[in-house]
Amino acid sequence: MAAPLTLVLILSVTIRAVLFRSSLAELISERVEVVSPLNAWKRVVEGLALLDLGVSPYSGDVFHETPLVIYLFHFVVDYAEIVFMVSTFEFSGKYNLFIKQKYALEADRYPHDCLELMRSPKEMHYIPLKVAMFYLLNPFTILSCVAKSTCGLNNAVMALFILSTLKGSALLSAIFLALATYQSIYPLTLFAPGLLFLLQRLYIPVNPCRSRFWFFTVQYSVMFIGSLLVIVCLSFFLLGSWDFIPSVYGFILSVPDLTPNIGLFWYFFAEMFEHFRFFFICVFQINVFFYTIPLSVKLKEHPVFLIFMQIAIISIFKSYPTVGDIALYMAFLPVWSHLYRFLRNIFLVSCVLLACTALFPVLWHLWIYAGSANSNFYYAITLLFNVGQILLVSDYFYAYLRREHHLSQGLYLRRKDGSEATLVLK
Amino acid sequence: MGLLSDPNRRKAITSLLTRLNTPICVVCYLAGIAWFMGLAFEPFTLRTYMSENAMGSTMVEERFPSGERALATAREFAAHKKKVGGMPVDWLVKTMRAQGLEVFTQSFSRNLPFPDESKERFVVRGTNVYGILRAPRAPRTEALVLSAPCSPGNSNNQAVGLLLGLAQYFRSQIYWAKDIIFLVNEHDLIGVQAWLEGYHHTNITGMGYTPLQGRAGSIQAALSLELNSDVVTSLDLVLEGLNGQLPNLDLANLFHAFCQKLGILCTIQGKLQRSDWDTVEGYTHSAQTMLLMVLKQASGRPWGEHGLFLRYHIEAASIRGVNSFRQYKTDATSIGRLFEGMVRKLNNLLERLHQSYFFYLMPSLTRFVSIGYYMPAFGLLTTILLLRALDLWVHLGTPTPVTEDGVGEGESPSSPGLLSVLTPVVISHLTGVALYTLPVLSQEMAVEHFPVSETEAVVLTAIAIYTAGLALPHNTHRLISGEGTEQGWRVLKLVALLYLAVLLGCTALINFSLGFILAVTLVPAAACVTPHVPKALSAVAMVLLSPGCTILYCVFLFQELQEVPVSLAEGWMLFLSVISQGILDHALYGSLVYPLLALLVYPCWLLFWNILFWK
Repeated sequence: MAAPLTLVLILSVTIRAVLFRSSLAELISERVEVVSPLNAWKRVVEGLALLDLGVSPYSGDVFHETPLVIYLFHFVVDYAEIVFMVSTFEFSGKYNLFIKQKYALEADRYPHDCLELMRSPKEMHYIPLKVAMFYLLNPFTILSCVAKSTCGLNNAVMALFILSTLKGSALLSAIFLALATYQSIYPLTLFAPGLLFLLQRLYIPVNPCRSRFWFFTVQYSVMFIGSLLVIVCLSFFLLGSWDFIPSVYGFILSVPDLTPNIGLFWYFFAEMFEHFRFFFICVFQINVFFYTIPLSVKLKEHPVFLIFMQIAIISIFKSYPTVGDIALYMAFLPVWSHLYRFLRNIFLVSCVLLACTALFPVLWHLWIYAGSANSNFYYAITLLFNVGQILLVSDYFYAYLRREHHLSQGLYLRRKDGSEATLVLK
Repeated sequence: MGLLSDPNRRKAITSLLTRLNTPICVVCYLAGIAWFMGLAFEPFTLRTYMSENAMGSTMVEERFPSGERALATAREFAAHKKKVGGMPVDWLVKTMRAQGLEVFTQSFSRNLPFPDESKERFVVRGTNVYGILRAPRAPRTEALVLSAPCSPGNSNNQAVGLLLGLAQYFRSQIYWAKDIIFLVNEHDLIGVQAWLEGYHHTNITGMGYTPLQGRAGSIQAALSLELNSDVVTSLDLVLEGLNGQLPNLDLANLFHAFCQKLGILCTIQGKLQRSDWDTVEGYTHSAQTMLLMVLKQASGRPWGEHGLFLRYHIEAASIRGVNSFRQYKTDATSIGRLFEGMVRKLNNLLERLHQSYFFYLMPSLTRFVSIGYYMPAFGLLTTILLLRALDLWVHLGTPTPVTEDGVGEGESPSSPGLLSVLTPVVISHLTGVALYTLPVLSQEMAVEHFPVSETEAVVLTAIAIYTAGLALPHNTHRLISGEGTEQGWRVLKLVALLYLAVLLGCTALINFSLGFILAVTLVPAAACVTPHVPKALSAVAMVLLSPGCTILYCVFLFQELQEVPVSLAEGWMLFLSVISQGILDHALYGSLVYPLLALLVYPCWLLFWNILFWK
């Protein structure tokens, strides 16, 4: 276990180191698919420079990272130059991996009670390694890391949250959830699965009539809100002003920067009349948060899968998505390898995702450099890419429900007359 | 989503697609080719029309009077050129200055990676001369370029003469809203490249040049003129630029409209328009014209000086005077008027040309095929790859009869090791990298050991590596994983098919012609190859359908279509020169065809070669 893991680590570090040294690094850090206005390294550097000059980093319209991140980099850059950055991001990558490893082991514990569709221990043994490989060798992660996108940090925080939740530590889980929320708002929707998992771990039934349920819910919420408040106040004291609130959260929620990216917002809001803007912003943003309710109801027994679904939904529908976000939920896919036999469209979906990934730079070239195509071409691919992702996620969702059904009903379904029955999703 | 979620329908469709896979593939291939050939049939094409309002509705009157004087200037230029033995820079500067232009020069130098035998140059040094006519009526934020090359020998003098004549005439007019730059460049494309890089402050090809002293606004459009005689019979429009990029169709429309107005014979690909589209000859004629365009576009080279402007988002076309033995003659005054009219209409532009099409093929000057009409032909060919991939996927997923819905007995088969697929992929790409880098790097060594010139050395090394690649990698998977399994080649073929589909798709978006030509030859090879077909026969077929042979066929076809058929030996020599030109184009102007073929298409083809010899 340790040896292949080290091998994967060495390989991934080598790839990143080579790319950092090559001339490609600059090209990659300019790609809109890899960096967004929120997490571009160029903007962080700008913010740092402003901070050094004693100006508020939010005074222009360039920097949109949270105060804690800029102070972190302030500290790091002071000591060890940019090269250290490399290792910082490596570190975040590696951290991720370790966490996921443990997470994966944990995650596997509870489908264990199923008899028929159980995974062999050997298979499970390799899952952490596969998760590590999926994350560290995923081209999306590599691109994101080489571009020095701060997305890597956000992913690390999310992974820490998942780890601490799976370990059952309510306090740490709440703190990391608060940190993740502080970084980009959207992880707020992970509150529900986090809570559900901790409840499940403590054998508290989800029942509104029981006082224990309410007690724990309130306890977890207080921890979460408390740490969120502490973090926000800490930012205020570091910076001495509330500038960062509109500049970070306002920026995320009201989507003023319509630079093309792989998300759904930019084209839509670039085309829209100004007086409809507010309404549709609300619709689009509610869309991200809304799925929490039906999914939590449906998956209340399976909070770990719910976490996966939520992360995937966030990365598809958030306002400034990058490939780094996609890499985060794709790292979970090996955990669900036991669903493979129930997946229906995996071939189609992987073809679509593969083709879109190759077409992004091509259509960008045609639009921006050659001038012969236009934004519609690029948006068409964005749409297709997102449809592919949605199909992938819903396919996994369906497969999960199907497996649950088979676990309770038996694998080979018979109709009443004895013929073989098939399940139809309507 | 009924199709995707209803298991019964899914099963029906999948079984239909796998059962009828081969017939569907054959039909798709034939339909793709037929669709493509049908594009040249006039009822299936659209008539060209002017989309840009600023150019369509306004009238201009052409009054250029001094054709004879321009020809006299041309003779003077020729005399000075002969005296200096190159570009008469001083004379040009003096003449342009006398006409009241702001004149500047730019000198440049470029060492070619290896000698260019067709143009006999190795170390290139030259000077560009350009004069700017400042717009009297507008802020100087936009510009137009008129260019003429100063070619060696006795050619193209008339173009420079006409350019100077136009400059003098334009100077006396007051309606210019854009600066007009008159550029006379030396060493044809290399000069243009140096000038454009200097103008835009970029250096992408490692050219040495002095910075430009004078600049105008952002260039909106450019016209390049090539004239070799005092009178011409017809004017030929050249559109194909670097990497198959084309200018906006409105530029071609503009040219055609003025030719009609002034009664000048105009051609595209050197072919006149015919009116008898419903006869066999008429169809053949337009098919030939279209195929010539496809071949030229696929080559990815700039076919005139305009080709390099396109990269900078400048709409540009070359206009070439043709003097043949036809009775019909046009004098320099009419050509001057044609240019005057075109420049005046371009001068009226309020924004860049963007209304009309950028992706088109032209079977004649009045007809065009837009991207929506020609893409299905390519799409049908790519569908074959996807169908084959689907077939393989289903076979891989169902070793024992299993219901399509996922429930069934039997574990999924133990997948072949990742290494057995990865190794051929890596090795073929390394061969590709060798093909890309070694020919230029190893020329000195080759010249030392063999009695060949540098150019021959480069080309022959490339061919040698290409051939060596056939022998090298076809058993590599065995080094790692012992015997290759039945599953192994299926997985490899699945990967290779998807790789080829994505690769061709991306190529066709940037350069449709290249993508289509590659698809026509590569798709049958990719679709049919398995380890179980007769080895010798299919190996021959595979080689005949390889990218290198595709270039050879294209050379012969091109000569045939231009009505200068060549013998086998001449064709082979042409093939060699095409390869060296391709490598040079990549080094000099950044053409992408050579790296695409060497680094991606050839390794992909090697994967299929690998499957054929899978053991």
